[in-house]
Amino acid sequence: MSEHELRVSKIRNGTVIDHVPGGQALHVLAILGIDGSNGETVSIGMNVPSDRLGKKDIVKVEGRELSQDEVDVLSLIAPEATINIIRDYEVAEKLRVERPERVTGILSCPNPNCITNENEPVTSKFDVVRDGVRCTYCGTIIREGIADHLDVE
Amino acid sequence: MRHEHLLSASQLSREDIETVLDRAAEIEENPAAVQEQYAGRVLGLCFYEPSTRTKMSFDTAMKRLGGQTIDMGPVESSSVKKGETLADTVRVVEGYADALVLRHPKEGSAKMASEFVDVPLINAGDGAGQHPSQTLLDLYTIRENGGLDDITVGIMGDLKYGRTVHSLAEALTNFDVSQHFISPESLRLPRNIRYDLHDAGAQVREHTDLDDILPELDVLYVTRIQRERFPDENEYRQVAGEYQIDDDVLADAKDSLTVMHPLPRVDEIAPEVDETAVATYFEQAHNGVPVRMALLDLLL
Repeated sequence: MSEHELRVSKIRNGTVIDHVPGGQALHVLAILGIDGSNGETVSIGMNVPSDRLGKKDIVKVEGRELSQDEVDVLSLIAPEATINIIRDYEVAEKLRVERPERVTGILSCPNPNCITNENEPVTSKFDVVRDGVRCTYCGTIIREGIADHLDVE
Repeated sequence: MRHEHLLSASQLSREDIETVLDRAAEIEENPAAVQEQYAGRVLGLCFYEPSTRTKMSFDTAMKRLGGQTIDMGPVESSSVKKGETLADTVRVVEGYADALVLRHPKEGSAKMASEFVDVPLINAGDGAGQHPSQTLLDLYTIRENGGLDDITVGIMGDLKYGRTVHSLAEALTNFDVSQHFISPESLRLPRNIRYDLHDAGAQVREHTDLDDILPELDVLYVTRIQRERFPDENEYRQVAGEYQIDDDVLADAKDSLTVMHPLPRVDEIAPEVDETAVATYFEQAHNGVPVRMALLDLLL
C-alpha cells in the first residue's frame, strides 16, 4: 500500500466527495452537517495535487450515502465536485452537484441591516441567481467569497 | 391584481399597476361610491419608524372607505420596547385587524412579517429596501402629468439608501421609460437594484451632474439625502447639500418638466420652486389617498 493510499484510503460503503477546491473540505463537512457526532468515519485529504484544480480536497464519509439534494448545496463552494456513492468498495453511483434554486439556513446575510440578522425567528434563505446567491429577504447579492458567509458550525 | 401582500415593486406587472391606478382614478372621480364599502373593517398601522404622509394617508384612505384604523403607536410605548419580536407583534396585531401596514427599519422585514400572518400586509418601507405603495402614487402622479410611456425620467439624490427610488426604478421598467440616475458616486444605485433593472432589460444610465441630462427630462424625481441611513456621519456631511434644485438650476429644463419628491425635503428643492408650474410634489403627496384607497380596495 503506497503512502498516498494510506492518506486517502478506500472506504467500503459511503460517499466520496472529490474535486473540492483546495482548502474547502472543512466547509464541505460543515455544510453537510457532518461533525463525527453520529459515529461516522470521516477521512479528509487536503491540498492533494490535482490535474484539473491544481490542488484539491477529498472527503470520504463512511457508512452514509448522500442524496442529490444534500450535495447540491455544495455547488456554492465546490461547483466542480464529483460525488461517488460507494457500495462494497465499488462505485455504485456517480453524482454531479447541480445548482439548487434556493439554499436555506446555510449562509448568513452580509447586510447588517437585514432582518435575518436580528433576533427574529427566521432562517436565512438565499435564491441562487446566475452568478451568485441573493438574500430572499433583503435582496443582497453575494457573488464572491460565498464560503466567507457560511453560517454552519 | 392577484397578490396576497404588497412587499416590493418587483412583484408588480404593468397590468397590476394599471389596475391600481385606474381604480384610484375611479375613486377620485366618485369617492361617494366607496365611502361605506369597508364599514366594519379595520386596518392595523405598525410603524417602527417616523412617518407623516404614508401613515396619515393610509389612515385617511381606510376611513374614507368607511373602515377604521388601529395604530401601534410609537415603538417607545409598545411591547417592542420590552423586546417583543416583529414576528410576534404582527401575529398579535393580525388578530385585531383585517390588513396590516408595516414600516420597519430593517431590510426584508415586510417579507419576513408576511410569512407570519394570514391577512394582507403592505410594506410601507423596510429600511433602505422598498416602498411600493409610494411608487404607486408616484406612477399615478406621472400618469396624470403627461403619461407613463415614451418619457425620460431622472431620479436624483440618495439612490443607494432611498427605498422610494428602488421601488420606482423597478416599477418603471414596466413602461417605455428612459431612466437616468443622478447621484454622487457614494450614493449610486445598489447592486441588487441594478441587477433587477438589467434583468428587466432596462438600461442604467448614471450621471454625477444633473446638467448633463436635465434638458432631456420630462420628470425629475428628487430625493432627500437621508442622514439616518448613513452609518458614517462624515460620509453624510460630504454629500449633504449637493444636488439642490432652484429656479436657476431649472432654467435649462423643459417647460413641461414635472418635478417630484417623495417628501420630506430638507433643502433639495428651494421654496421658490414651489410656486412654479413644474412643482408637483404636493399634488404627489395628496395622491397618496386615492391610490392607497385603491390599493386597500384591491387587497382587502
